[in-house]
Amino acid sequence: MKLYPIRGGIHPEYRKELASEKAIVVLPMPHSLYIPLQQHIGAPAEVLVKEGDRVKKGQMIARSQGAVSAPQHASTSGTIKAITEVPAPHPSGLPQTTIIIEADGLDEWGELPPSIEDPFVTDPAELRARVAQSGIVGMGGAAFPAAVKLGLGAQKKLDTLLLNGAECEPYLTCDDRLMREYADEIIDGARIMARALGTPRIVIGIEENKPQAAEIMTRAAAAFPMIEVFTVPVQYPMGSERHLVQAITGLETPARKLTADLGIVVHNVATTRAVHHAVRFGRPLLARVVTVSGAAIRTPNNILTPIGARVTDLIDFCGGFVARPESIVNGGPMMGQPLSSLEAPVVKGTSGILALTAEEINDKPTSPCIRCGTCVTICPCGLSPLDMAAFIKKDKLDVSAKLGVMDCVSCGSCSWACPSHIPLVHYFNYAKGVLRDLDAETRKSDRIKSLAEVRTIRLEKAAEAKRAALAARKPAAQSATAEEKVSA
Amino acid sequence: MNSIKRSGPFTHSYNTVQKTMFTVLLALMPATLFNLYLFGWPAILLFCITIGACVAVEAGCLSLADRPVKQTLSDYSALLTGWLLAMSLPPWAPWWVGVLAAVFAIALAKHPFGGLGQNVFNPAMVGRTVLLVSFPVAMTAWVLPHPLFSAGAPGLVEAFAITFGGNMPDTMSSASALGYVKTELSRGIPVTQSMAQVPDLMDRMMGYRAGSLGETSAILILLGGLFLMYKRIISWHIPLSVMGSLFLIASIFNLVDPAHYASGLFHLFSGATFLGAFFIATDYVTSPVSKKGQLVFGVGCGLLIWLIRNFAGYPEGVAFAVLLMNGLSPIIDQYTRPRMFGRTSKGEPLPLSGGKL
Repeated sequence: MKLYPIRGGIHPEYRKELASEKAIVVLPMPHSLYIPLQQHIGAPAEVLVKEGDRVKKGQMIARSQGAVSAPQHASTSGTIKAITEVPAPHPSGLPQTTIIIEADGLDEWGELPPSIEDPFVTDPAELRARVAQSGIVGMGGAAFPAAVKLGLGAQKKLDTLLLNGAECEPYLTCDDRLMREYADEIIDGARIMARALGTPRIVIGIEENKPQAAEIMTRAAAAFPMIEVFTVPVQYPMGSERHLVQAITGLETPARKLTADLGIVVHNVATTRAVHHAVRFGRPLLARVVTVSGAAIRTPNNILTPIGARVTDLIDFCGGFVARPESIVNGGPMMGQPLSSLEAPVVKGTSGILALTAEEINDKPTSPCIRCGTCVTICPCGLSPLDMAAFIKKDKLDVSAKLGVMDCVSCGSCSWACPSHIPLVHYFNYAKGVLRDLDAETRKSDRIKSLAEVRTIRLEKAAEAKRAALAARKPAAQSATAEEKVSA
Repeated sequence: MNSIKRSGPFTHSYNTVQKTMFTVLLALMPATLFNLYLFGWPAILLFCITIGACVAVEAGCLSLADRPVKQTLSDYSALLTGWLLAMSLPPWAPWWVGVLAAVFAIALAKHPFGGLGQNVFNPAMVGRTVLLVSFPVAMTAWVLPHPLFSAGAPGLVEAFAITFGGNMPDTMSSASALGYVKTELSRGIPVTQSMAQVPDLMDRMMGYRAGSLGETSAILILLGGLFLMYKRIISWHIPLSVMGSLFLIASIFNLVDPAHYASGLFHLFSGATFLGAFFIATDYVTSPVSKKGQLVFGVGCGLLIWLIRNFAGYPEGVAFAVLLMNGLSPIIDQYTRPRMFGRTSKGEPLPLSGGKL
């Protein structure tokens, strides 16, 4: 089992022991569920129900629209109370269209699509359709529609499905618990996905700090010679798709390309389990395991949570706060987003809810950069964070783009390590946003320009054709009068 | 919860600027204590005066610039500058040498550029160099070791006379090994012959020799340097490239013409080579940030030290070499940026076929 080195990286305090030994528990069904139409990258889903409708568990309540989208399903049975604007689980806290279901407490299943008896002889397109229909998105956090990613097999020649069980974010233990408790389901889901992708090989990457998970997964995979389990070094951000691919295969994904261009598709282990449920039992994605942790939480836990339960439901279930939380974070502490409201719902991409104390966050006032170069040494993308930040500070975003700010994956290693507590990632996120807007603007004006040019040409051609037709109809003798008329 | 949301991460290493500076001070401790003992009370007085002056000038500059004085002083950067500056001065130099050097270091080299992190040149070395150029006699008045409480060592009262009264006893002065060899060579005496008069290698390694206030003990400086590497404050790149290149070029020329060129070992264990390689050239602010850049910078320092020692007017060249390379740091940085992930060193996306490393 040869591994390849990856550049840079850090060793933050993982604090996984807060929740790693807590077996997955089921959250009692809350009274109301808040299901946003957009829980994924791509177009929001289109509502299929109206206020007052009765829905059953697993019923599709919003369908996907567009090529990159995902449908939403009722996570339990009940009545549609409202379709309204609710604060999104996003740092802005901006409202987002959300379907509110009042649970009836029966948790009664609706009609589900039939299970696919033998997925390994089923047409890959049918498997992809089932995954799409089940509303499955990448559950590692990015929430990219899984079916779209499974469709890569039809476009590119793939040889490996890489299951991401690295879980390199501190605190988070939901994937660890899933691998320990549902290894067989994950392996089955992986084999189904490999079938859908057309890859002959499955590799599972697990960080060394999860020895039980690695052992259990290895045992579960033993029956299948196509599956290999790799334990990778504990080195944040090992779970970054491109870095995990490099660590396991030695292949470096070129900039602006996908790992699929190298023949490798990466999926998270939780996504894989959701695929298993969708294909074997026809069940859509209705719940996910969320790690609730942090020193401000009374009893940290790994909780199987219905999609749409509010953050406050989870925190209450964990016994509330024992200390004043300085920040509530959606996701891991390195790349997670600050939550502005506890009323925000858990969505398909919510891997963790952290209530962190000021001591854990260890924030300090920013002091001048002393050019220690730590950020340069540890940047897993080979960037020079201090230079990029200096240019962004002076509003020279074009220079920062030349230095590669768009290649930054926002892993947060530089901000974490900076002895001057400079919020480097904050600068980069700002620059990326502005540069993306500028780019869109340029593209838009280019498009308008080319459309205008095409229009001029079209009008000219039409005028030309008209003139030619006119000239053809009238005898040559009368052409002089015709010209007079035109000029008049 | 905060009302203004900042991007993550929501966790942070325990590393701070203050901690970094403090660790460097800790690493300087063994060499400093040994040298203060070796050169006695006048050195202790000068050491305190220089550091005090640096901190005072820093406080003055900060209050002039309307910056928080107490908070900024507690980053220990002025303390460290003063410490290194004192270590680079002749141990029995009069008080005004320390004060004037402090003014040049802090008020000229550091704050006009914008304070901590913004200066192009190493403040301590600017302070030392300005004094060396302006007061060459006072700045090259070396003394033989006079350990505290040993026979013939000045007591506290005599020390006050030396430091504040300028009563440097003639009998105690000495030449540095580098200066001696250079002078002899200019009189036509070959290096091979004058070498017999300098302290032996063992004394120079341990530090029992004439020299600047903090530079004499290669072993103790090495100890501090290794401690800094262990603490990951510095890496091997600058120290090794400085000393490696100096040793290499000196050895080559020594092999070719031993009458004119001292050996690599002599250069390594003379003057401020160790202090410069581990504590001066490694200054974060004024050296390149990438490892590749640091190697270029270190090799440049090493070669310049040798060139200056052999061909320039001054016998010692560490401060000049470091300052010259400081000036090149920004441009070295620009040409030695690491290769971006998934891109060639020119910044183009890697070709798909060549993805394999």
